[in-house]
Amino acid sequence: MSIDRFPEKHVCITGIGQSEVARPSSKTPIALTVDACLAAIADAGLTPADIDGITTWPGPVQEPKGFSPVGSTEAMFALGLNPTWVGASTDGHAHMSAIFSAIQAIASGLCRHVLVFRTLGQASVMAASKLTSGQANLIGGKGERVSGGLAWNVAYNAISAANIYGLYAQSYFDEFGATSRQLGAIAVNGRAMAAHNPNAVFRKPLTIEEYLESREICSPLRLYDCDVPVDGSTALLFSAKDASRDLGRPPIEIEAMGMSIGGIGLGLYQGDFTHMPSDRAGEMLWSRTDLKPKDVDTAQIYDGFSIVTLMWMESLKLCGRGEAAAFVEGGSRIGLGGELPLNTSGGQLSQGRLHGYGHTYEACLQLWGRGGGRQVKDAKVSIVCNGGFGYGALLLKCD
Amino acid sequence: MPSEHSPSASVRKLPALEPETAFYWQAGKDGVLKICRCQSCQRYIHPPLPRCPACQGEVQPEAVSGRGRVASYTINRQQWLPGMEVPFVFAAVELEEQKELYVMTNITGCPVDAVHRGQLVEVGFELHEDIYLPVFSVREGSHVD
Repeated sequence: MSIDRFPEKHVCITGIGQSEVARPSSKTPIALTVDACLAAIADAGLTPADIDGITTWPGPVQEPKGFSPVGSTEAMFALGLNPTWVGASTDGHAHMSAIFSAIQAIASGLCRHVLVFRTLGQASVMAASKLTSGQANLIGGKGERVSGGLAWNVAYNAISAANIYGLYAQSYFDEFGATSRQLGAIAVNGRAMAAHNPNAVFRKPLTIEEYLESREICSPLRLYDCDVPVDGSTALLFSAKDASRDLGRPPIEIEAMGMSIGGIGLGLYQGDFTHMPSDRAGEMLWSRTDLKPKDVDTAQIYDGFSIVTLMWMESLKLCGRGEAAAFVEGGSRIGLGGELPLNTSGGQLSQGRLHGYGHTYEACLQLWGRGGGRQVKDAKVSIVCNGGFGYGALLLKCD
Repeated sequence: MPSEHSPSASVRKLPALEPETAFYWQAGKDGVLKICRCQSCQRYIHPPLPRCPACQGEVQPEAVSGRGRVASYTINRQQWLPGMEVPFVFAAVELEEQKELYVMTNITGCPVDAVHRGQLVEVGFELHEDIYLPVFSVREGSHVD
């Protein structure tokens, strides 16, 4: 496959960094951001003077507080950077749109080393204001009426994304005969993985019985099907392939990328609630590589809600339509010794809501063989995906 | 007739009356549900858009039957805000006029456990301040567990 048509094949990942992940952290969001970014730069064997591009998603956001407290400009000055390219990405394919922008900027020759970071400060906002998760997520401020796409749900007291994914879970259960015991395997697996991740917030094992006894939030989703807000920052350093050769270790290659957008955030629903527009991202990704789903050694699949993981597994063709629930049941096929070790950091259900960036960080860690107690043996290829409203996926490899 | 809700029961955050959506929230004043429709290709469009995304035709709100089926639902048990009454059913109703023409709503008038996918429902309106909130209830003759 000629690489000229594929900008991602000219770009690689050369360093990764992650701040402490806590609920809450004693550090400010900008301090967490600096920790993550400096770690990523040092991990690549570079210095801040080498960095000529920076971006984040979605950029600084006032409401809801803590969702994205640090923007590219603030981080740029805090790190003493003087970049030629600063990406702006408030729209698009959600979490990964900043990564796709960085890939395009590098492939076009505008810059050579781009930091892409994502910082969250939701745990400290909730702790300081005593807000519940739902209130902290209620976009539009207190008291006033709600406008835009959220109004279609909020007017019906559906103020959490859990309400939306409850609809998907119910249809998925009914159409495919899936059960809570099957869905619960995602949460149980996350906890088992997080036990080996010192930077995860929930590390105590969870049994499937404890899962089944936990309270329902939005049927059939239970407490442990919902991810946990945290404070933390993740930074990923993307580099031009020709600029990565002297850095002392093989970089992570971007074998393929895929993206799509859905209308859920605008109140526009397509299909029968058993799958998401992420299917198109999966099709795009596999059209850009000679590798096949069976070549994937470990999968880092978005888990803002557990049902999203099942639907994404099918979008990425890691199993057939309606087969993901049976695939994960019991956990043996997705555990460390299984055929598809899944969410080895603990994912957002157990490590915390790093909002997609934790998944890409973990994929790189695995491909570099730095997974410690949760290392997948001989991991050479990993697939990563992010998003519930906008959708992005990367196929990463390291020889 | 719309049912009035006492202010104390309503911690509900109401929708803003925006130029393109106000008709949806106030059509219940006349006892009907209205949906944006392309005047050229006759396609219904919800949420409303300024032009038809399929043919770029002009759009107008039009009265629909108010009948549909439960495409999916969830029983919300979490009290997201102090004073919020739980449990309640949040649902996507597919209106009978067009495939995948979904409106988001609450299913009212029956126990939450009695709702299921495919159930036939019809619209009613709850009055909250100046909003005639379209909600749906199970149609007579449709199966309730």
